[in-house]
Amino acid sequence: MNFLSLFVVVPLLMLAGLFPARTMRQIRAVAVTGASLLMVLACWLVWMYLAERSSGNTSEMLFTAETVWYPSLHINYSVGVDGISVAMILLSAIIVFAGVFASWKMEHLPREFFLWFSLLAIGVFGFFISTNLFTMFMFYEIALIPMYLLIGVWGTGKKEYSAMKLTLMLMGGSALLLVGIFGIYYGSGASTLTITELAALTIPIELQRYFFPLTFMGFGVLGALFPFHTWSPDGHASAPTAVSMLHAGVLMKLGGYGAFRVAMYLMPEAAGEMSWIFLILTGISVVYGAFGAIHQTDLKYINAYSSVSHCGLVLFAILMGNETSTTGAILQMVSHGLMTALFFALIGMIYGRTHTRLVTEMGGLMKVMPFLGVSYVIAGMASLGLPGLSGFVAEMTIFVGAFQEPDLLHRVLTFGAIASIVITAVYILRVVGKIIFGPMADRHHEQLTDAVWHERLSVGVLIAAIVAVGSFPYWLSEMINESVAPLITHILR
Amino acid sequence: MGESILTASQAYIPLEAYILVSLIMFFAGVYGFLVRRSVLLMLISVELMLNAADLNFAAINRYLYPEHSEGFFFALFTIAIAACETAVAIAIFINAYRNLQSVKVNSISTLKE
Amino acid sequence: MQYALVILLLPLLNFLVTGLMDTRWKARVAGTISTVAIAVITLLSYVTAYEYFTTRFQDGSYQAFIPFELNWLRFTDTLQVKLGLLLDPISVMMLVVVTTVSLMVHLYSLSYMKGERGFERYYAFLSLFTFSMLGLVVATNIFQMYIFWELVGVSSYLLIGFYYTRPAAVAAAKKAFIVTRFADLFFLAGILLLSYYTQTFDFTALTSGDGRMFGTIGSLTFMGGSVLSWAMALIFIGGAGKSALFPLHIWLPDAMEGPTPVSALIHAATMVVAGVYLVARLFPVYAVQTPEVLHGIAYTGLFTALFSAVIACVQTDIKRVLAFSTISQIGFMMVGLGVSGYGAHEGLGYMASLFHLFTHAMFKALLFLGAGSVIHAVHSNSMDDMGQLRKRMPVTHLTFLVACLAIAGIPPFSGFFSKDEILAAAFHFSPPVGWILSGIAGLTAFYMFRLYYNIFWNDKPPTSRHAEHPVHESPALMTLPLIVLALITLVAGFIPFGRFVTSDRGLYTISLDWQVAASSILIALAGIGLATVLYRRNNDKPARLKLKFAGLHEAATHRFYIDEIYLFLTKKVVFNSISRPLAWFDRHIVDGFMNLLATVSNRVSVRIKGIQSGHIQQYAWVFLFATLAIAGILLFVV
Repeated sequence: MNFLSLFVVVPLLMLAGLFPARTMRQIRAVAVTGASLLMVLACWLVWMYLAERSSGNTSEMLFTAETVWYPSLHINYSVGVDGISVAMILLSAIIVFAGVFASWKMEHLPREFFLWFSLLAIGVFGFFISTNLFTMFMFYEIALIPMYLLIGVWGTGKKEYSAMKLTLMLMGGSALLLVGIFGIYYGSGASTLTITELAALTIPIELQRYFFPLTFMGFGVLGALFPFHTWSPDGHASAPTAVSMLHAGVLMKLGGYGAFRVAMYLMPEAAGEMSWIFLILTGISVVYGAFGAIHQTDLKYINAYSSVSHCGLVLFAILMGNETSTTGAILQMVSHGLMTALFFALIGMIYGRTHTRLVTEMGGLMKVMPFLGVSYVIAGMASLGLPGLSGFVAEMTIFVGAFQEPDLLHRVLTFGAIASIVITAVYILRVVGKIIFGPMADRHHEQLTDAVWHERLSVGVLIAAIVAVGSFPYWLSEMINESVAPLITHILR
Repeated sequence: MGESILTASQAYIPLEAYILVSLIMFFAGVYGFLVRRSVLLMLISVELMLNAADLNFAAINRYLYPEHSEGFFFALFTIAIAACETAVAIAIFINAYRNLQSVKVNSISTLKE
Repeated sequence: MQYALVILLLPLLNFLVTGLMDTRWKARVAGTISTVAIAVITLLSYVTAYEYFTTRFQDGSYQAFIPFELNWLRFTDTLQVKLGLLLDPISVMMLVVVTTVSLMVHLYSLSYMKGERGFERYYAFLSLFTFSMLGLVVATNIFQMYIFWELVGVSSYLLIGFYYTRPAAVAAAKKAFIVTRFADLFFLAGILLLSYYTQTFDFTALTSGDGRMFGTIGSLTFMGGSVLSWAMALIFIGGAGKSALFPLHIWLPDAMEGPTPVSALIHAATMVVAGVYLVARLFPVYAVQTPEVLHGIAYTGLFTALFSAVIACVQTDIKRVLAFSTISQIGFMMVGLGVSGYGAHEGLGYMASLFHLFTHAMFKALLFLGAGSVIHAVHSNSMDDMGQLRKRMPVTHLTFLVACLAIAGIPPFSGFFSKDEILAAAFHFSPPVGWILSGIAGLTAFYMFRLYYNIFWNDKPPTSRHAEHPVHESPALMTLPLIVLALITLVAGFIPFGRFVTSDRGLYTISLDWQVAASSILIALAGIGLATVLYRRNNDKPARLKLKFAGLHEAATHRFYIDEIYLFLTKKVVFNSISRPLAWFDRHIVDGFMNLLATVSNRVSVRIKGIQSGHIQQYAWVFLFATLAIAGILLFVV
C-alpha cells in the first residue's frame, strides 16, 4: 500500500479505536495518538518529498499509486502529491493536532464528537491526496457531512439554523461542482477521471465556458466567494471550537485548492476568458469581508468576516494566474489556516472562561490571562500581516504576483486588495485594544485563570508554525513554487 | 379448439355472464370504496373487488384455458391474501378506534403528519 | 566586518530571552542583561563605524559594503527578498545614533521604570525595537526596509501601549499603528510599482546612478506624472507617515502616552526619522530622476515645520511640546533633503539634513529624558504643575538648558551647526524658503524657552502644584545618561560631518556661511528674549497675549482640528457610512437572499405536501381517474 493512504487509514483507525473507548481517558488517548501519528506522518511526508525532489525527481506528482475501483466509468482510487498538496497536508495535520487539544474538555458526548471529527479528517486528508476527480469529490462530500452534526449537536447559539444553512449552501456548491466534474469528464472525451491525464486532453472551449464557472463557483462557495459567503459567519459562530478551527483552517482551503487544481488547471482557456468576472467578485470579497468585520461585535463573527476577506484573497490570487500570485495563494491558504485556527482556538478558550463572545462585554483580559492575551495579540498581528509571521509572507507574495499583471482592471483590484490590509489593522486593533488591553470590563473576570497545559500546547503548536512560516519562508515557498510553476506553464500555454 | 371445449362443457351460462357479474361486483366495490365513510364498509368493498377478480380468474381459466390451472391457484391465493389482509386491517381499525374513537375514514389522517 | 551581524542578532536574541523568560525570575535580571547586550552592540557599532570610515574610502568616495546577505523569499526570478547588512556612510552613522540613544534609554529606564508592572516586558519590547530599527537602517534592499519598517511600527505600538490598562494609552497605540499603517500602504504600493518596472529591490542597484533601469518606468505616464514620480511620491508618503509629517502627524503627539524613555528613543531620536532616512537612502533616485517629487518633499517639510512649531507654542503638556517640536525638526530635515541637489557642492542640504538628524537625535533624546526626569519627580506632565525646579534638580536643569540652547541654534551647541547648514541650503535653493525656515527657527527658540522657563523658573501660584510632594533630583542612573547626551550635544557640532556623510559619498568641507549664521543667531536670540520676557516670572502678559489672539490660540491648542477631521472621516464616513450599511446589506440582502431561497423551497414543499391529504378515498379517486385516463390514452390515442 502506498504510504499516502496512511493519511486516510490513520483517521479510520482512530474511528475504529473510538468505538470501544468508554472513558474520557481512553477517548483522549485514541484521539491524541491518532493526531500525533498524523502529525508525524505529515512531517515525514515533507521530508520524503523534499528528499525526492532534491534527488532530481521532476514528475508532476510524487508517490503516486492507483487502484481500479469501477473501470467502466474510470473511477480509480489514485493518490499522489505535489508541493501544493504537501503544504496542505502539513497544514491539516497541524490543525487536527491542535484541534484535538483544543477540545480536550469536551463534556457532551465526547466519543461521538471525536468520531465525527475523525470522519472530517478522513475527508480532508483524502481530498488532498486524491488525484482522481471522483475520489476527490467523494472525500469532499465526506468532509462536508460531519459538519452538519458537529455544528448541530455540539454548537452554540442558533446552531440548528447555522448547521442547516452551512450544509445546504455547501451542498448547493457541490451540486454545481458535480455538474462541472461531469462536464470535464464528458467534455474531455470520457476516457479518464485522473487529473494529470485530463490535463493532457483538451476540453472544447464552448463546453469550458459552461463548466468553468460551475466548477469555480462550486469550489468558490466553500472558499467563501462573495456572494456565497453567508454560511461562513453563522456557521463559524455556532460551531464548537475545534470544528471552527478545522473548518476555517482546512475545509475552506479545499475551495481554493480545488478552484486551482480542477477549475483553473483543467479549463485554462475559459479561465483566461472569464477570470475578470470572478476577479471582481473576489476583489469585492476581500474589501467587503474586511469592512464587514469592522462592524461586528461577536469575536467569532469578526473572525469569520476576516476569513471571508482572507480567503477572498486566496481566490483573487489564484485568478491572477501567474506563478508568483498562485504561490502566494497557497502560502495564504497555509497562513490563513494557521492563524484562523489559532484565532478560533483562542476565542473558544476565552469564551470558555468569560461565557461571552461580545467585544463590548470584555476588557483587560491581559491582566488575568497573559498567555491567552499575548497569543491573541500574536494572532492579530499575523492576521494584519506583521513581518516575521506567516500572513506577511503570503500577502506580499500575492501582491507582488498581482502586480505582474499591468492592465487597469488588475491594477485597480490589486490596490483595493492592498487597501484591505489597513482595514484589517483597524478591526484587529479595535478588538485587541478592547478585550485584551484596557481596563477590566467585568469584575467577575478578575477571578479567571490563564490557559492550562493542553490549551498552551494547542496554541503553542499553532504559534510555532506561524512563526516558522513567517520567519523562514524560503523552503515552503520554494517547495510550492516548484510545483506551481509547471501548472502555470500549462495554464498559460 | 376453444369453441369445442365450450360446447363440451354444456355451456349453459356463457363466459360473458360471469364477466358481467364480476364487473358489477367490481364496480360496486369501487363505488363502495370511494363513497363509504366507514372503514369497515370500505374493507368490505375491497373484498368485493377481490372477489370479482377471483370470479374472473376462475371463469376465464375454466372457459379459455381448461388444460391449465394457474387461474384457480391465483383465485385461492387471493382468497388467502384477502383473509390475511382483513385480519391486519381489522387489527389496525381496532387500534385506530381505540385511539381515535372513530372508524370514519376522514378522521384517520394523522399518519400524514 | 562580519561581526556587524552581531549588532543585529544580539538584540533579537535578547528579545527572545527576555520575552520568553519566566516571570518568576527577578525583573531586574531582564533589565541588566538587556542593558549589557545593548552596551556590547553599541561598542560594536563604534568599532564598525571606525573601521568603515578608516578602511572603506577608495577612489574619492566611501564604498558601500555588504558583509552578509541571505535569501529570504523569492517572488520571481528577478524579485528576491534578501536580508542582509548594507554598510555605507548613512547606515553606519545611523547604527551609531540608534545604539547610542538606545543604550542611554536602557540605562535610564533601569531607574525610571523601576517597580513598574511588566518591567521585563518593557525590556523585551525595547530590544525588539532596537533590533527592528537596526535592521531597518542596514537594509540592503527596499523590501527588507519595509519588513523592518513594519516591525518598528509594531514595537512602537507595543511600547506606546505599555500601560495597557489605561484606555488613553491603548487608543494612542492603536492610532499610531493605524495611521502609520495607512501610510505604509502607499509605501508598499510605491515599492511594488518601482520594483515592477525596475525588476529590483536592491538599494545598490537603484541608487547606482544608472538611469537605464528607469527607462520604462520614467517614460510611462499616469495622470500627468511619470510612473516613476508616482512611485517615488508613494514611497515618500510612507516615510511621511512614519516621520509624522503633515497631515499624517496626528499619531505622534498621542504617542506620548507611552513611557517617557520610549518617547525619547522611538518618538524623538530614531523611529520618527526613518522617513528622513528613507528619502536619504533613495536620494540619488529622487534628486536625479524625480526632482519634482523632491521639491514636493521640501514644501511638505516646510509646512510641517511651521505648522507644528505654531502648535508647540501653546501646548501645556511638556511631552506634547516636545512631540510637536520633533515634528517640526523633522520638517527641517525634510526641507534639507528637499532643497538639496545631488553631487559634491549641490549636496549641502543632504549633508546638513543628516547632520541635523544626528544632532537632533542626541539633543531631543536629552530633552525627553530630561522631561522624564522632571515628570518622575513631579508626577505630572503639565507645565502648570511645574516651576522653580532649577535649584531642586540642578543636573536635569543644566542638561535641559544645554539641549534647549542646542535646538534653539545657539553656538557652540550642536544644533546650531546642523540647523545653520540647512538654512544655508534653503537660502541657496530659494530665499523665501530660507526666510520662512529662519522664522520657524525663531519660533523653535521661543517655544523651547517657554518650556524651559515654565519648568525651571516660573513661580506660579502653588495651588496647582504638588506642593505636598518634595521634589528631588533623580537618581544617578537617570542623570548619567543626561550628562552623557549633554556632552555629546556640546561637542557634536564640531564633528566634520561632511567628511563622512555626503550625497555622493565623497568628501565635503563644511564652511559656515556667516551671513546666514549671524541672522539665525539673532532670530534665535529674539525668540529666547521673548520667552524670557513672557515666562521667566509669573506675570499676566501671556494671558493678555492669549486674549488678543484668542482665535489662533484656540485653534492651535486644538492642533488646528486635524484630529477632529480624521475622527470625522473614520467614525462618520468609514464606520457609519460604509461599514454599518455594509453589515446591513450583508445581513438583509445577501443573507436575505439565501434565506429567501430556503423559505421559498419550504413553501413549495408545503404546497406539494398539501396534495397528500391523507384521505384514502381521495387517493382512490385520483387513482381511479388516472387509471381510466391512462387506459383511455392507450385505447384511443396510441
